[in-house]
Amino acid sequence: MFVLKNVRYKNILYIDHLVIPKGRITCITGESGSGKTTLLKLLNNLISSDSGEIFYMGKNMREIDPVQLRREVVLLPQTPVIFPGTIKDNLLIGRRFSERPPVGDDELSVLLEKTRLSKDLASSAAELSGGEKQRLALCRVLLMEPDALLLDEPTSALDNDTADLVMGLVANYARDKRKTIVMVTHSKELARIYGEKLVTINGGRIVHVEEVAE
Amino acid sequence: MKGIAEIGFSQLLAAYVFLILLLVMASRQGIDKEKEIIVSALRMTFQLVLMGYVLVYILEFNSLLLSACTLFLMELFAVKNIYSRVKVEINPRLRRVIVFSMFTGTVTPLLYFLLAVINISPWYEARYFIPIAGMFIGNSMTGVSLGTERLIDSIKTKRELIEGALMLGATPKQAAKIAVNDAFTAAIMPTINSMVGMGIVFLPGMMTGQILSGISPLTAIKYQIAIMLGVLGSVSLTVFMLVRLGYKTFFNERAQLVG
Repeated sequence: MFVLKNVRYKNILYIDHLVIPKGRITCITGESGSGKTTLLKLLNNLISSDSGEIFYMGKNMREIDPVQLRREVVLLPQTPVIFPGTIKDNLLIGRRFSERPPVGDDELSVLLEKTRLSKDLASSAAELSGGEKQRLALCRVLLMEPDALLLDEPTSALDNDTADLVMGLVANYARDKRKTIVMVTHSKELARIYGEKLVTINGGRIVHVEEVAE
Repeated sequence: MKGIAEIGFSQLLAAYVFLILLLVMASRQGIDKEKEIIVSALRMTFQLVLMGYVLVYILEFNSLLLSACTLFLMELFAVKNIYSRVKVEINPRLRRVIVFSMFTGTVTPLLYFLLAVINISPWYEARYFIPIAGMFIGNSMTGVSLGTERLIDSIKTKRELIEGALMLGATPKQAAKIAVNDAFTAAIMPTINSMVGMGIVFLPGMMTGQILSGISPLTAIKYQIAIMLGVLGSVSLTVFMLVRLGYKTFFNERAQLVG
């Protein structure tokens, strides 16, 4: 789905060659400050590389409309972004931005419950705790049903149990809908369990790539 | 109707008593601002005397070219004033947006006002053209200063929210909407608020001037109402153009938030 060739970004990232397969879960691990988040931002075109090429579905990213790309390749940042308004507003804002019809309240409630976030849709989103906000933001991007999801430490604010639950949900979603997931995590354990391709970055360079057999 | 009483030179000097009063109070209280007070008063005096002579000349000639040149100079000073009033760095593209907004946002309502509301002949009659242009430009200048400052500040403080929206496939326009609306509101509120107190809390300078010169208060208020609406139109238009064109200067051609 993504192919990176000789990609350089400032003095943060140097990737000579990397393939991210379609319809699979790729996990990126590495120390903090190693350039993992920068890599996700490049894939979402929130930033552009200084040199080198990134291909998305065989097309050079520089020739793709960035807004259209971001509607197909959605990035979930590590710190959840909460917009002013209710939980419902926050769930639907992704679909609104990408100009897709809203989904019904029932579907929203079911999804929230799957992440153990049983809250009233009409209550204010600003009052949620850190972990709750993180799950809300994850639900928001799942509702957008993008071709590829870029997840930056999606369970960093969750306890182990909830993290397992949420990761299971994401993995099921990817399998059922044949979606591509690229997940940044500092947890080698999570990467081992859910990753189908493991990439380790250190100091902005890829130091290890491993395909996990089915 | 009798005209206004002429103020003689010695009478004018008598008015400087107020300045001396302030200086005495300041030095008694140990407020170290004497220099600024004196400089400001001198500037006020000098600028107004100069303006008086310039206006006599402009009104006497009453030529379109001369009025247009005066308008151009006023716009230049207003833009310069905006640049210095805004305390944060303004990017070069935003500077161009400010110039464009100030010129089009004040001249368009000014032409409409002179042609459709005042409806005098010739329409560029300097006695109307210059003071009305001054009020439009002056108020728009304040609005644009406030709007520019708030826009820059808002985009900076709401950076996470704006980038968060971009990550979800929002267009720069959708993503920046929060900051754009914020800046627009901050910029037009002073004008809106000034309408509330008008006539009760204070009499606007122009109206006071007309009444002093012997014009019926009923005529004076009609002018004041019309001018106030004109000012509102001019401020709204300049600020609207500023924020709607201005937010774009914070994004590059790849729809990324820069700066």
